[in-house]
Amino acid sequence: MKYFFVLLLGFATGVVVALALLFFNPIASQRTVSPLEISDNELIVFAYSAVADDTIVYTNDGDSIVRPHPEKVLQLWERPISRTTVFVTMLSDSRTRSAGIGIKFRSDSEDTRLIAGKALADSVWYLHLPGRGSLFVGQRENYWSFLREVVAPAYWSSADHWKGQWFGKLTAGPNALGTGRVSGGSGEFQGLSGEAVETLSATAFSLDVGPVAIDGTLTIELSGASAAGGAPTTDRTYPARPLANGERASF
Amino acid sequence: MIKTYVTGIVLGIVAVFVAAYLVPAVDQHRESSLIAVTPNGGIREAFHINMPMDRIVVGARDAASIVPPGLQWPDDPIVDGIHAELFKLRNANDTVIGVASRVAATGGRVADESVADTTVANEAGANETVEWVLHFPARGSVFVSMQPEAAENGHRVGRIRAGTREFGDLEGRLTERWVGAASERIEGLSGRIELVSQFVGTPGSDADGVHASDGTPGGGRAGSEEAPR
Repeated sequence: MKYFFVLLLGFATGVVVALALLFFNPIASQRTVSPLEISDNELIVFAYSAVADDTIVYTNDGDSIVRPHPEKVLQLWERPISRTTVFVTMLSDSRTRSAGIGIKFRSDSEDTRLIAGKALADSVWYLHLPGRGSLFVGQRENYWSFLREVVAPAYWSSADHWKGQWFGKLTAGPNALGTGRVSGGSGEFQGLSGEAVETLSATAFSLDVGPVAIDGTLTIELSGASAAGGAPTTDRTYPARPLANGERASF
Repeated sequence: MIKTYVTGIVLGIVAVFVAAYLVPAVDQHRESSLIAVTPNGGIREAFHINMPMDRIVVGARDAASIVPPGLQWPDDPIVDGIHAELFKLRNANDTVIGVASRVAATGGRVADESVADTTVANEAGANETVEWVLHFPARGSVFVSMQPEAAENGHRVGRIRAGTREFGDLEGRLTERWVGAASERIEGLSGRIELVSQFVGTPGSDADGVHASDGTPGGGRAGSEEAPR
């Protein structure tokens, strides 16, 4: 019986050691420098606030730390979408002028492997830039550094709050250099493709409301025609005819 | 005694690592895909949105009614002409399987140097856009650009511009249609938006990433003359 309790004590110690190894895993450290920093191509930079109350709309399953905004927005409680977050936000350019509107869909990824320091999410951005066109960004994000360096310290804090300086690159794929893929939709972006990197800059996080002071940046490099061909062209996919009086391309 | 303690430590470490490797941290709930195979080898899948219960957001500066209550749509001239909507997306069994956005916009500049007077171009409706993003958490996402004008039968057809994961190697088209509630039996239902996708695979493409589809007429197989009808 004595040996059993000693074995149990050793087992518990081993579990704690293993969890510490997983948490402080030095191999899992993420790159914070974006590969686009050294790009020769022109970059388009959009900034947004990652605080739910600063968005136009923010919705999730309703049980997460981050509360939906506005309060009465429909929540994503159904099982197939319960691990999904959607928000609509205004985007500003590098001169802090309004540039357009962005919609982000983010779902937890089944490829998440904590043993490898991968807390993954699959996300897509739809960006509509009035006067220019639209872009679609597909990316895989890794929140491991954010969880380890921002969220976990907030749990350890007696005030359930984290305050400091944290900057991290979220985008971890699907491109080889850890960048997301961009596809042009309409307007001047039609037929273009490129790469994107999303970063977060956090200064305050609370377990009561989630992000308190966190800004996001989406950097896009448009390098040329899409893989399927097609140089930047005017949107002539469909015959352009005038809309009839009162006719509106929406429901 | 020490040997037993050390053995316990080793067992504890191994147990945690084995569990972390074998037990999935995320298990997205999946509904069976209700897909029909078309004669050209493509797939056809129908989705719908029950209105108004599946409408998450309706945002526009000139919208008659804003959804949800309390929504503060930006009072910024740059969003003039943008009509953004978010919906829950259902499969043919009426089960919610995803989320979708639909953005209709007017007033943009045409990136065509031959169109010198962009105002005229806008008045002609040349730059009206209707774009959908369908997001299925367990499967991937699809980005579709619609033709701005509806066909005579009320359909609007669009081409898949890009997709991620399961949709990364697909090309094709999406049809949207408004169906009135006359034939429906769900209480409070005013109608539904029907979306029918017809996709075909692209040989040799990367299924893991985002695949961009050609935006030129006839550039995608499913959108060309060979398209499944």
